[in-house]
Amino acid sequence: MKMKKYFCYPFFFILFLLSVTPAVSVMAQEPTPSDDQVNAIASQMFCPICENTPLDVCPTDACRDWRELIRQMLAQGKTTAEIQQYFVDHYGARVLSEPPGKGFNILLYIAPGVVIIIGVFFLFLGVFLIWILPSKKPGTGVAANSEPTTQDKYASHLEEELRKRS
Amino acid sequence: MLAQFGFGVLVVTFALALFSAGAAIFGYFSKSDRWVESARRAVQLTFPLISLSALALIYMLLSGHFDLEYVYSVTSRDMPAYLKVTALWGGQAGSLVFWSWLMSAFATAVTLRKWDRDREFLPWVVVVTAVTLAFFLALVIFFENPFVRLWQTISGEVLPQMFAPAGARLFTPSDGRGLNELLRHPGMVFHPPMLYLGFVAFVIPYAFAIAALVTGRTDDRWIRLTRRWTLVAWLFLSIGLVLGMWWAYRVLGWGGYWAWDPVEVAALMPWLVGTPFLHTVMIQEKRGMFKRLNMLLIMLTYGMVIYGTFLTRSGVFSSVHAFAQSAIGPMFFGFIGFSMAASVILLIYRWNTMKSEVSLGDTSVFSREAFFLLAALFFGAIFIICFWNVLFPLISEIVTNQKMSIGPVVYKRETALFWGGLLALMGIAPLSSWTWASFKTISRAIWKPAIPAVLVTVILLVAGMRNVIALIGLTLIAFVIAVALYEFGRGTLARARTKKENFLIALWRLAGRNRRRYGGYIIHLAMVAMAVGVIGIEVFQQQTQQTLKINQEIQISGYTLRYDSLYKFPYPDGRQVTLAELTVYKDGKSLGKLSPRYDVYPDGQPMTIPAIRSTLADDLYVVLVNWENVSEQQTPFKVYHNPLVNWMWIGSVIFVLGSLVAAWPEKTELEMSRYK
Repeated sequence: MKMKKYFCYPFFFILFLLSVTPAVSVMAQEPTPSDDQVNAIASQMFCPICENTPLDVCPTDACRDWRELIRQMLAQGKTTAEIQQYFVDHYGARVLSEPPGKGFNILLYIAPGVVIIIGVFFLFLGVFLIWILPSKKPGTGVAANSEPTTQDKYASHLEEELRKRS
Repeated sequence: MLAQFGFGVLVVTFALALFSAGAAIFGYFSKSDRWVESARRAVQLTFPLISLSALALIYMLLSGHFDLEYVYSVTSRDMPAYLKVTALWGGQAGSLVFWSWLMSAFATAVTLRKWDRDREFLPWVVVVTAVTLAFFLALVIFFENPFVRLWQTISGEVLPQMFAPAGARLFTPSDGRGLNELLRHPGMVFHPPMLYLGFVAFVIPYAFAIAALVTGRTDDRWIRLTRRWTLVAWLFLSIGLVLGMWWAYRVLGWGGYWAWDPVEVAALMPWLVGTPFLHTVMIQEKRGMFKRLNMLLIMLTYGMVIYGTFLTRSGVFSSVHAFAQSAIGPMFFGFIGFSMAASVILLIYRWNTMKSEVSLGDTSVFSREAFFLLAALFFGAIFIICFWNVLFPLISEIVTNQKMSIGPVVYKRETALFWGGLLALMGIAPLSSWTWASFKTISRAIWKPAIPAVLVTVILLVAGMRNVIALIGLTLIAFVIAVALYEFGRGTLARARTKKENFLIALWRLAGRNRRRYGGYIIHLAMVAMAVGVIGIEVFQQQTQQTLKINQEIQISGYTLRYDSLYKFPYPDGRQVTLAELTVYKDGKSLGKLSPRYDVYPDGQPMTIPAIRSTLADDLYVVLVNWENVSEQQTPFKVYHNPLVNWMWIGSVIFVLGSLVAAWPEKTELEMSRYK
């Protein structure tokens, strides 16, 4: 019984080898990359001719040929970066949907970030100066106004109502 | 004859608009009411006059006057009548006439109102609307004239000119080139007019803002007068944007509705500054705060309206060099520069008179005012990103002489956080109160609506959802819905109890008594419905492209699509149609057929028409790709599975309802108008 069990292992091993062999031979002949693999790269690029049209959906003949070129390059084992670089070398950086942040173009990524960081800085500064700092000092800011007199309460309430109804 | 008439009327209207602006300024400074009245009447004349010109052009578009260069370039005999009318805004020259037409309509409408109480604003409202109108008419008359005709010289050369060159004869081509195939869609009827209506309507609150600055009456009167105009402008702009998305989804065959194309972003930018304006004006009305911010926002909105029109109409995206060659570009830039400089100078001039009546320090950091301000900052951040990403490729091309494209991935990465922040604020801000709220009061208010939100998260986790962005987004959406319903429920119950009304009547009357507030909540519900659609497509979209033979199948997200048949046939208008038929199955059950097709027009222009199976849960979107050499043995299909995308369109319908509720006059206003 035990022997029978061990006998099974080489059998399965041979079966496994037999099943894998055709796959290996196909791989050696470079399988054609699927449309989905091509589109995964093309969707990150723009058509070099049509304005702002992603390469994966562009219906022109030229774009179909470029998609085929991507397929061939994939079959040759080229990486996404290499394929993108090929297109940049031939058609310029406009084919990339995410322009490289090099040289002058670094401003594309830096400028809004700097503006927003400055904005956030002033926001926190404002919160600190307007709300936090006065509340720590007795008799100023919110603390000073947090308990208005009955007269003030009435006047402000009246003003508020008049404003809402005018 | 009709062409000269249409052009002549435009010239007269241009002169009238200039006169109107001049008379209003003169009347204001010389304190002469007669001059101001004359200016007002002159503006009111512009609408009937431009109507004559526009109707003349529409008539020529409909009747195939191909001797007009514009008619020749945007229509053809085979086009249906409705598309010939839409060709009015299908080309640059016609769309500028259309813009002017709408502007004159709004200028006339605003000057027709009773001005007894606010007469000091009148001259400057006239000046701003008339100058804006004059600018667009100048573009039409001097640079982009749709009434230019085609002339054949003795040498046989065909020249487009308004008036006949010496010895030339009128040249009438037998047929026109026709409207771009992508524009031959019912979407063309509504999308551009809605967008333009939104653009033009925003000129009115801006005109009042300038009037307030010049006259020094910078209290909240100008805001109260323009509240409804602003809401209407915002509604039209929003509908225009959504219709554009719907059209793109149905026609382009890209599997989505928004591609962050610069032209799309150009139309979004006025919305990004107009939306916080709609919110912060409430604070000025209630508390006399943010006066300067409101001025800045409406100025920016006006600037973006002109800038957006410029970006979409100048062809600048094809090439900045084309822009430099066309006269229209520098004119636009000059006008934007002039109007923004004049606005900022006025704002600085009145800066000290526009102090907040209440110090920000006297409101709590958790007050509704503070949250509104934070929302305005989030919108501001998205606006800065969009503005820069649209402008930078143009700057880069000038500096480096290299073109650049900025794809959706950049926009999504840079703006996602702020959109999420806005979603969170839509939930939190309504729970806060004006002037004073503390962390404690917010926490006390938050826990009830937070329960369903947490429940949704738990359900999603149990159901196996592990995508963090989707989990956060859907939790926030559940929270905003819970808050809006909680606010409705709380108000209705209180009213039902105190007034002894039944629940439905109490709900109706509650919304009726405070339309702006509850209309706002409905709009929030609409926005989250749209957010559901956005999350569905952004996070869960699946796609695959496969080449099939007849009877082969594609599997995607639990669906099976079997390729049944292929048809190729000519259409009467000359199109060559390639149509495939697929049967959709789920769990072995047939759900119906889908027929994606590909039309190739006689001029070689291809057009993909996706087939869409749409339900509340998801869309199955099938496109026929690479139409050439398609045979029954080899047909390439691209299939998208777009979960929840229908909520985008459902949200837009709720949105229109909410806006109408918010814009509907309050009962007290109607009663007051009766006594005026």
